[in-house]
Order: sequence, then C-alpha cells, then structure tokens
Amino acid sequence: MSYLADVRALARKDLLLELRARDTLPAMLLFVVAVFVVFHFSLPARSSDLAAGGLLWVAIIFTALLALGRAFVPEREQHVLDALVLAPCDRSAIWLAKALATLTFLVLAELVAVPVFALFFHGLDAATLLAIALADIGICAVGTFLGAMAVATRARDLLLPLLFLPLAIPIVIGGVGASVVESPGRYLGFLGLYDLMFALVCWASFEYVVTE
Amino acid sequence: MGRPHRIPLPALAAASLVLVTAALVLVFFVAPNDQFLGFSQRIFYFHVSIAFTAYLSFGLGAWKGFLHLWKRDPNADLESYVAIHQGVIFGVLVLVTGSIWAKYSWGHWWLWSENQLVLFLVLFLFYAAYFMLRFSVDDGPQRANLCAVYALFGVVLIPVSFLAIRLSQKFIHPVVFTRHGANFGGWMLVTYFVTQVAVLTLAYTLYRIELAGKRLDARLRRLRESYA
Repeated sequence: MSYLADVRALARKDLLLELRARDTLPAMLLFVVAVFVVFHFSLPARSSDLAAGGLLWVAIIFTALLALGRAFVPEREQHVLDALVLAPCDRSAIWLAKALATLTFLVLAELVAVPVFALFFHGLDAATLLAIALADIGICAVGTFLGAMAVATRARDLLLPLLFLPLAIPIVIGGVGASVVESPGRYLGFLGLYDLMFALVCWASFEYVVTE
Repeated sequence: MGRPHRIPLPALAAASLVLVTAALVLVFFVAPNDQFLGFSQRIFYFHVSIAFTAYLSFGLGAWKGFLHLWKRDPNADLESYVAIHQGVIFGVLVLVTGSIWAKYSWGHWWLWSENQLVLFLVLFLFYAAYFMLRFSVDDGPQRANLCAVYALFGVVLIPVSFLAIRLSQKFIHPVVFTRHGANFGGWMLVTYFVTQVAVLTLAYTLYRIELAGKRLDARLRRLRESYA
C-alpha cells in the first residue's frame, strides 16, 4: 500500500510541476500539429491513406521523445534525484511514477493529436486507437527508463533518441500492423506482450540506473 | 586476474587456425553444390555460423552484465563490454554476408523481407547506441551499472524484435533447418558443424585476446598513476 502511496506522491509532484510551469505539454501539442502539416506536404497528392496511417506512428514516437527528453531534466538540475534515491522508498517507484506522469502527458497530447489527424487525413478505427493506447504504455515504460539513463551521461539529449528508437521499432511494427490488417488481434497481442516484458525488466532493474 | 583453469591463448589461436582452415577446405572443396542455389549457397555456412556466434556474444555480454549486477564481479563489466564489442563485429559480418547472399540468390543487395538481415540491422543500431552510452559516462560503478542494464535490455529485444519482424511480413528466408531437422545431409551437415565450431573458437580466441589487451592497458594505467 505504501508503495502505491509513494508512486502517487511522486507522480503528483510531476503533474503539479507541469500544471504550474506548463513547459512540456504545450510544446508536445504544437510539435505534433506541426509534424502533421509537414507530413501533409511530404505526401504526394495521390498517395494512399495507408501512408498517412504509417506516419501517424512516426508522429507519436517523436512527440513522445519530446516529453521523454524532458522527463528527468528537473531531477538532475536541482539534484532532486539524489534526494529521491536517499528517500526511504523503493527505487522502482521513481520509475513508475515518472512513467505514469509521462503517460498522462502523452495521452493528453494524443487527445488533441488524434482528432487533428482525423481532420487532416482520415478517421481511425477502434483497433488503431487500442493499439495507440497499448503502444503508449510501452513507449512510456521504456522511454522513461532510458531517459533516466540518458541524463546520467554527458551526451544527455543527444543520447535518448539513439537509445530509444531501436527499442521503439517493435512498437511501430505492432502499431502499424494493427492499423492496416483485417484482423489486428495478433498485433495487439504483440504490443501487450512488449509492454509486459519491458515493463518487468524496467521495474526490476531501475534501481541500478540511479544507484552506484 | 586470469583464471588458472583457462585454456592458454597460444593453444586457442592454434586451434582456431586449424579449424578455420579445415572449415574453408570443407566449404570450398568438399561440400556439394546446392540443388537450387548452386555455388553461392556455400556462403550459408559462414553466414549462419557467424549469426549464431553473434547471438551467443550478445547473450554472453548480457550474462556478464547480469553477473556484475548480481554478484558485483569486478571483472564482469569489462567482459560484458568485450563480448558485446565482439557481437557487433560479428553482427556487421552477418549483414555483409547476408547482403552478398541476397544479391546472388535474389538479385538485390538489401531485402526487407529477409528477417535475419532486418533483425541484425535493428540489433546493430541498438548495440551501436551501447557504445555511445558507454563512452559518454565516466569510468566507474555507474557506467558499469548502466551498461549492464542496457546489455540486459538487448537479450529482451532480440526475441521481441524477431517476433515483430516475423509478424511484419511473410517468411521467405530459405528455411534450411525445418521442424523435421536439417533438410540436408552428409557432407553439408559435417561442413556446417565444422564451420560453426571454427567460428566459435575464433570468436572465443579474439575475445580472450581483446580481454587480455584491455586488462594490460588497465594495469599499465594503474602503474603509471602509482608512479606519478
């Protein structure tokens, strides 16, 4: 019970920070709409809806990267992370709370992005929406973990996309598969499996990322 | 530093020389031409052996990383790094041999429908980022931790990516090992096994040499620091 209370307190801190400073979510929204406009002009006139559907996934991955790159920056700058590691709570709670906060931002951004996509390109079916929800979990679980790794290095912002994109390839395959085939069950199942496996690995090994 | 029960390096080097020579002789002069693909199929013996060795190296790297996190084995971090370095080198060789094979079998240097090639491209990107990560953190316990955790991610990514790539397309890579066992016999099987053992021995020899070199470097640095 206290584990969940720790997670709630930590996630609440991130959401409050965003509510007061508002530096991540507006940037994500602006970015994702700008990306859609760029996509519109990079798709020739008679290219299919399938191509636009694929690009939606590129937009999601890059918008998420924007939030993930910011996720651990405040912790590092003010040395909050050192304090959190010293605090008497399980270290994996830090990861879980951060992943949940990032997931909130990403879902809020998508609540705007998906209707805009439908307006600009074409509507999305239920399978695609479900795939986006499943992919979000995987993106935030893995991305937050790698974000914590990246801020510990000298390269920081440079490193996160390099670490994250190879791990995001299976998510894109699962997501695009679920949006284009007739029976998306296997692809949705695959996304669920991805979430489960990587969430477990992240949860079990986060302690080693923040401690020496 | 060195463990006493290990095979000495000169013996390993001699064994790899003999085995690689035997493998080359078998591949080029003894194994029969393939029924459909002809002479070019012979690259298969190297391609598959190297791919298997690369997987094994990545696995070894993750295992050593795990040992570092679990038992705090002081040698494990360096061993994990060298194993992954080895895996990346063999992974590049898989891409090169696979590309050559694709060219002679299907007429294209790159095929997105060839699962093994696509998987190794993903793994190459993933483990190339491992080096970026390793070289942007200062030497110390934190670097060892980050690298070990990332190496563990690798062994989760391999099956997940494999599944994803298989899901993303129909399987058209020529299936040499089927559910009924290898569908080739006699000299082909012998050639494959000898090549496989030869590549593994060569990889292990290179791994030991690299490790010995890196350890010598570290000792030299320590000596220099204690004299300064």
